[in-house]
Amino acid sequence: MFGLHADWSLEVFERYFTIGDYAGGEARWCPGCGDHGVLTAVQRLMRDEQMIPESTVAVSGIGCSSRMPHYLGTYGFHGLHGRALPIACGIKSRRPDLDVWVATGDGDCFSIGAAHWIHGIRYNMDMVVMAFDNAIYGLTKAQTSPTSPLGFKTNTHPFGAIISPMNPLTVTLGITNVSFVAQVVDWNPPMLYEALKAAHRHRGTGFVRIIQRCPVYADSVSKALQGDPSRFVLLEHENGIPLDKSVQRAFPNKVNHDPANLVGAFELARDATRLPLGLLYRNPDAPCYEDFSSRGADMTPEQKLARFSAVLDTVTI
Amino acid sequence: MEEHKLVVDLRPQARTIHEHIVEIVSDSGEGAQKAGETFGTICAKMGNGVWTVQIIPAEIQPPARSPAGASGIRIRLASHYVTNMGDEADLVVAFNEQVLYSRIANGAYKQGTVVLLEDKWREDPVPEIREQYAKTVAEYRENGLVVHELSIEKACLAITDNPRQGKNMFVLGMLCHIYSRDLEQAREEIANTFKRKSEKVIALNQTLFDAGQQFAHKHLDFHYQVPPRPEAETKGKRFIVTDGNEALGLGVMAAGIELVAMYPITPATSASHYLAEVFHRVGGFVHQAEDEIAAIGFAIGASYAGKTACTITSGPGLALKTELLGLAVMAEVPLVVAVVQRGGPSTGLPTKVEQGDLLATLFGQPGDSPKVVIAATTIEECLHFVIMARRLAETFRTPVVLLTDTNLATGVQPYLRPEPTADWLAPPIDQSEWDESIPPYDWDPETGLSPRPIPGMPGGQYVLTGLAHTTRSKVAYDSDSNQKGCSMRSRKLAALASTLKPPKVYGDAQGDLLVVGWGSTLGAIEEAVDRARAQGHRVSSLQLRFLSPLEPGLKEIFQGFRKVMTVEINYSDDPSAPLITAETRRYAQLAFLLRAHTRLDVDCWSVVMGHPLQPAMIHNVLLQRLETLQNGGNN
Repeated sequence: MFGLHADWSLEVFERYFTIGDYAGGEARWCPGCGDHGVLTAVQRLMRDEQMIPESTVAVSGIGCSSRMPHYLGTYGFHGLHGRALPIACGIKSRRPDLDVWVATGDGDCFSIGAAHWIHGIRYNMDMVVMAFDNAIYGLTKAQTSPTSPLGFKTNTHPFGAIISPMNPLTVTLGITNVSFVAQVVDWNPPMLYEALKAAHRHRGTGFVRIIQRCPVYADSVSKALQGDPSRFVLLEHENGIPLDKSVQRAFPNKVNHDPANLVGAFELARDATRLPLGLLYRNPDAPCYEDFSSRGADMTPEQKLARFSAVLDTVTI
Repeated sequence: MEEHKLVVDLRPQARTIHEHIVEIVSDSGEGAQKAGETFGTICAKMGNGVWTVQIIPAEIQPPARSPAGASGIRIRLASHYVTNMGDEADLVVAFNEQVLYSRIANGAYKQGTVVLLEDKWREDPVPEIREQYAKTVAEYRENGLVVHELSIEKACLAITDNPRQGKNMFVLGMLCHIYSRDLEQAREEIANTFKRKSEKVIALNQTLFDAGQQFAHKHLDFHYQVPPRPEAETKGKRFIVTDGNEALGLGVMAAGIELVAMYPITPATSASHYLAEVFHRVGGFVHQAEDEIAAIGFAIGASYAGKTACTITSGPGLALKTELLGLAVMAEVPLVVAVVQRGGPSTGLPTKVEQGDLLATLFGQPGDSPKVVIAATTIEECLHFVIMARRLAETFRTPVVLLTDTNLATGVQPYLRPEPTADWLAPPIDQSEWDESIPPYDWDPETGLSPRPIPGMPGGQYVLTGLAHTTRSKVAYDSDSNQKGCSMRSRKLAALASTLKPPKVYGDAQGDLLVVGWGSTLGAIEEAVDRARAQGHRVSSLQLRFLSPLEPGLKEIFQGFRKVMTVEINYSDDPSAPLITAETRRYAQLAFLLRAHTRLDVDCWSVVMGHPLQPAMIHNVLLQRLETLQNGGNN
């Protein structure tokens, strides 16, 4: 392990990565899609943090936002619908040296992948989870998502969604071992950037729900929010996400919230009339699953052989 | 100790036999399995050929004294190598008379089977139980069982106030007397069995053992010698004793796999139990995932990141893993998937054997999903085939499904200790620079093979996708790319097939009847063939280990016989059943495959009765088919 580290630090001095090093294929999202802004924020952050492209892995499921790995210059894994988290956790389990980023959507994460969402948060492996929430299934052309508002008309509910949307924040905050929950909107780049940066620097699963615009199938949902900043409340605290002047100007409602306060986070998260923006909760001390799952990953074949022979001895007659 | 020596000296001459089948049957939770396992290990250590298999009730706490609750173990011990559970038992120890009913229904006993029966029920306070007992014992005797009524529990009560917990070791003592086992070996084995318990517990069990041994001496007028296997077969060789699931676990370690991701499912879980206990010693980790899908996803993730990974499941779990297994095929992720088959469909028979997942494994994914499928035919192969599976997975950049079943998973046998070397355990991970001019799927047009970039390799960055893709792993919806990708993935199977040798026929290469099997039926089929050949019949057999691709030369082998049939443990229509014609008859799974593969009229015989095939059953089928053949019929 020591030798490996020494090599890396050498490389950091020798190589400088530009935005171009983090660029993959040309993004094919619709014009006006909120995903473009997130991609830009991620690429900027990768450059600013000088992440090593070959040691970074972007993992996704299926959906519009899950196309993201294709647009990055890192390693990527465009998996199956709902299954980004098990794959990401598997990658991290024996390779904690890899920097893992997960792109998932409201259908991918909160519906078909719900079991993995709950358990992924519980495993708390060191990665960033970006939950792109546009309240609609876009790739498959306008079906109701778990976060579609009540009464919202889609192809599967042409007379309007018949049950209330789920609240991804209260669910996430309710999971044992949750360690980082933030909420941002895609149309405020400084806040988006700072939230992703904080999630990345956090050791554990940095869960960021990104309220994201789908101008094609759910324009009314995001327009209503985008046009009315009073629907939001900005979370301010010295341990929160740094908010520059422009962010503070954009959102008039503010509340002081200590991200160590889980009960307070719940109160803010469950208020559907005022959506919290910023860092709801952070616990830097929550255990990470890879600390257990990666044990022994550095053992040499010779060491394993000796140990395995001892195991065989226990069944030898 | 003085008295003990006297007992040994006074023994009448033991009769020498070369094989016996013993069962211990009880209500669940009475320790019959532990006693039987310990007995099997003692026999193995004395150099006998041994096969033990558990008798498992479907429920955790079935009602006491019920036929459905039969729980226990069968031990076949012999002076030769044993490959299967055999036919009817010679001797059975029963803790109550009711549990024997289900064993009788399974054809486990014959005229003359000796039953050593707990007799406390004769004086039970409940009149119905007393009546039931008397009636059943009379019925057993009428039907030819040789019943010895013994006060086992009463004898145990003299030593312990909880005989329900202790009588299994008492019974072990009885068996060790009956079969003239090495008593020092036995006591050592008891200490080993209870090694996690206190000295007091070990001492109590050894006392019970001694008492049982003396009890049998006093109350039974027979005992046997079962000489060990010929020295040439065992001398200078080291043996290990495990069940098939422990063998899988050992195989995982011997293969250098470092991650097992699983979700509990009967009958596969005990492989993970075993690994959970020892895997960390070789640096490995068992991940118990939130579900079957997550388990394979986790393993795929680890493998993508350059680590050797495996998932272990059974039929229903395989069904859930289908979509991700297809992804591993599509994106060419090396992966070992071990499937310990049980009875299906649906929840089916969770604790019982079936070979019902062959076609689901081969064809269960959407679209064309070529993958390597192999089946272990012995407990030893459960170990070695994991090693082979890992090698194949990496060489051919593909998932490899290893099929075993409940018969192998729960059977216990001594077999040669593997002699691993460090290169078995070497990781595939390579972090050197990747030549950027080489695409991530640089398919060799001849073989379909391509090298694999692994995260961490500079210049190798690519995005793995389950979508149709180009050699550069770019999403491609054009017709040429998908056609090419499919043919390259399929080509790998042809490339693998070209490296395989034709399988070896057991018996003559020409004859009247060839029996083809796969997986765990090897021992029973060969034993049945031996019997038929001893009667002068021209019968041979062939056991397949590769199911995808199939081993080469099958058509040519089949053409050496007047008739070819498969014998399997899965469903097929009985040709004489109503409405079943040559057109409507549904064949057993391997037969279905072989008919398509060879375009020959391969017949089949298969049943789904939940228990392993036994030599006598197969022997009967062979004789019937041979007779029809002589009479000019086809079936």
